[in-house]
Amino acid sequence: MSVPEQATREYLDAPIRKIGALAWLKENLFNNWYNSLLTVLTLLALCYVVPPFFKWAFVDSLWNTSAEACRDIEGACWSIVPNNIKFIILGFFPEGQEWRPILAMILLLSLVIYSKEWTRWNKYLGWLWVAGLIVMGTLMYGGVFGMPVVETAQWSGLPLTMMLSFFGMVAAYPLGVLLALGRRSKMPAIKTLCVVYIEMIRGVPLISLLFMSSIMFPLFLPDGMTIDKVLRAQVAIILFTAAYIAEVVRGGLQAMPRGQYEASDSLGLNFRQTMRLVILPQALKIVIPPTVGILLSAFKDTSLVVIIALYDVLKTTKVTLSNPKWTGYSTEAYIFLAVLYFICCYAMSSYSRRLEKDLHTGH
Amino acid sequence: MTETQPKDATEPIIKIVGMHKWYGDFHVLSDINLEVQLKERIVICGPSGSGKSTMIRCINRLEEHQRGQIIVNGTELTNDIKNIETVRAEVGMVFQHFNLFPHLTIVENLTLGPIWVRKTPKKEAEETAMMYLEKVHIAEQAQKFPGQLSGGQQQRVAIARSLCMHPEVMLFDEPTSALDPEMIKEVLDVMIDLAEEGMTMLVVTHEMGFAKSVADRVMFMDEGQIVEQNNPHDFFDNPQHERTKLFLSQIL
Ligand SMILES: Nc1ncnc2c1ncn2[C@@H]1O[C@H](COP(=O)(O)OP(=O)(O)OP(=O)(O)O)[C@@H](O)[C@H]1O
Ligand SMILES: [Mg+2]
Repeated sequence: MSVPEQATREYLDAPIRKIGALAWLKENLFNNWYNSLLTVLTLLALCYVVPPFFKWAFVDSLWNTSAEACRDIEGACWSIVPNNIKFIILGFFPEGQEWRPILAMILLLSLVIYSKEWTRWNKYLGWLWVAGLIVMGTLMYGGVFGMPVVETAQWSGLPLTMMLSFFGMVAAYPLGVLLALGRRSKMPAIKTLCVVYIEMIRGVPLISLLFMSSIMFPLFLPDGMTIDKVLRAQVAIILFTAAYIAEVVRGGLQAMPRGQYEASDSLGLNFRQTMRLVILPQALKIVIPPTVGILLSAFKDTSLVVIIALYDVLKTTKVTLSNPKWTGYSTEAYIFLAVLYFICCYAMSSYSRRLEKDLHTGH
Repeated sequence: MTETQPKDATEPIIKIVGMHKWYGDFHVLSDINLEVQLKERIVICGPSGSGKSTMIRCINRLEEHQRGQIIVNGTELTNDIKNIETVRAEVGMVFQHFNLFPHLTIVENLTLGPIWVRKTPKKEAEETAMMYLEKVHIAEQAQKFPGQLSGGQQQRVAIARSLCMHPEVMLFDEPTSALDPEMIKEVLDVMIDLAEEGMTMLVVTHEMGFAKSVADRVMFMDEGQIVEQNNPHDFFDNPQHERTKLFLSQIL
């Protein structure tokens, strides 16, 4: 190949973009008549809503007082949160043992945050997780090292929500992938089984699954045998979420061009290697956005466990509000909860966006 | 069992005997007989839909034949998945649309097969990969992703990827027909180098210049049959069958 001759043409700098606030406003908010109209209307609406809310939430509000002090004010009584924080977060966990669920939650969060970098995913991290989960379980249940046993019936509040949603997602994802592979299997028995499972689960609401797990399921067990109620709810959530993940992943698998299978076949890779090294990494990446959508709703749906009398963080908040002292302040309490949920969901979705960007390879 | 047939010098590396294939009811290949000797270079041409792709894809079992025998390097292709994987590792294939793995870098594309199929240590596989990338003049792109390369570069990577498995035979299915004219030459040059080094090659292509200068044998297929085969000189200057004449008059 010949080296191209030294270029003789002139290279110009790219034009400098207009900067400055006015230019930006003109370009983005007032670039034609209907955008200008929308901008003005939006501003008016904001003027109408924001100042009163701001006054209510921050100016006329009380932050850390008794319930009595709140009687005389116009604004928000945020005091409901600090006054009841222990019950909202930890629920019925026994007095004096609160450090245990708190430590377990901190451990879980640190592991999650450490695992954020996908470059750190290796065998050792896997073992770290196993160790971490054992420690968390021990902390919650107790029974060793002088920690009194805390039955799962007493697990409540944020630890319960975190546990149900975290294990719900982590177990549902691989199960969903397996179901998706099964649904595309050439073996009729496996295929039928997966199709029936997926369609049945998708045909019923989560609430009915939870009811079944808490009321119907025990009827089928032999006398004297019980399965933990929290565990049953957990399994119901996993089974439910997995069916939805399976369909999303199946979509990703269908999007894979046949050439990818043929190329790996022609290299002599076997079925499992082809799936693991070539197909799934690409297919799962394509479906990150819808998968995250499912995981987010799974996270929020854990609050449905209230109907089988588990006290997740939403239920502990409600219980707090049923205390006559605090009855009037549901807005404040629910705003607090909303912020809590929002932080978790926002963290998940922004993480997924970053993961997508990291895994992008320019095709 | 046909698995351990003697491999003396005259034993063909590929032997196809009375092979038929159907897609559903459609009889796409009919009574294919073919023997390919080691180091032989065969060019296959024929009109669209004549079954050229299907035939060479049967050789590494990307398509399944229903009747007859295909024996590659002493291993007969049956439903035995182990045999199929053995044959696939011995036979390299280059596709019209490259089919590189877009989520892996170029060098990872090249080492995937050796590491997982041949169990080559990673470092050694990478050295081999770099050697073949040098050979197809593209070593400086090793850390890029396929999506960042031109079509001609991608096809050369695809050739190198097959070579990393040290195949006995290379199959090419129209390797240049998805490329812009100025990239065709860079790919053909690599293929010519390969032919000169003595690689056994079966090439489906419409590049008759390549056929004339490289092939030991040119083969014409029509309607799922091998109509005519000959050395390039006689094939182009003195075709025997009407259909061959018609085809050559259309493309030359
Ligand atoms: N998966 C399939 N199912 C059914 N018919 C098929 C399939 N693949 C190919 N065919 C048919 O088989 C015949 C041979 O196809 P093949 O791809 O082998 O032709 P070809 O000679 O390679 O043609 P081209 O030059 O266009 O690539 C065609 O008539 C085609 O329509
Ligand atoms: Mg073809």
